[in-house]
Amino acid sequence: MTSQPRRKRLEVEDVGDVTVVNFTDRKILDEQNIQLIGEQLFSLVDESGRKKILLNFGNVEYLSSAALGKLITLNKKLQAAGGRLILCNIDPQIYEVFEITKLNKLFNIHKEEQAALQAF
Amino acid sequence: MAIQVEKESQPMMDQRRPCHILIPSDPSEARRVQEEIETILKAHQFCENDIFGIRLALEEALINAIKHGNRMERGKQVRITYQVHADLFTVHIEDEGGGFNPNALPDPTAEENLERPCGRGVMLMRHFMSEVSFNDSGNSVTMCKHRNGRTG
Repeated sequence: MTSQPRRKRLEVEDVGDVTVVNFTDRKILDEQNIQLIGEQLFSLVDESGRKKILLNFGNVEYLSSAALGKLITLNKKLQAAGGRLILCNIDPQIYEVFEITKLNKLFNIHKEEQAALQAF
Repeated sequence: MAIQVEKESQPMMDQRRPCHILIPSDPSEARRVQEEIETILKAHQFCENDIFGIRLALEEALINAIKHGNRMERGKQVRITYQVHADLFTVHIEDEGGGFNPNALPDPTAEENLERPCGRGVMLMRHFMSEVSFNDSGNSVTMCKHRNGRTG
């Protein structure tokens, strides 16, 4: 699973005390990519100790169930650390994936980044 | 490793004959198959919504075959047969694993399962494709998607 180079999968920016994360991959489908994205997301909590994370999906065209699994694990990690995860800017087709899996009930989802930032 | 396209493969625009592909149990090969099929669907003017759903269902089915069916053993192969009809896309995916019972999968939307990190693939396949059926032993799946509309 580690044959692929560890290139940066996330663009991380601090807006106040919120860590805003953009994805560099347009298609979060491939198992290897998802593994790396998961590792990089988890390290924000486990190693950097970030508590408020906003994931911006504006760049994302595809999302598979394996990627959903990483988001669920990230949410659990943040909850355990007393932090919070918010998602925003999700394409309508991808939002459908959240709706049919009912994960829109599990995650806090906002349309716009600005509104999401204010929700922390 | 190159994708092995068997003899019955045909030029891209031929809608009537099935295309057979054999790949090793490697997710990057699965991605290449998805990209090939996406290109063909675009060439046949399937709309974005259809392509989104087909691509997602293909990813879920191929990863199931490679990861859960063939357990990532590169020596085991995944056989893919797809066909683009005028208003329909069909695909058959078969692995060399022992199969599973798709009817015994827990409901991923149940309250107690909502936080489980896996178990949503078959649900997504069923949602985004028009029809999804497994063989009795559960090591092959056939899916089809009716065309909803043309782009452009």
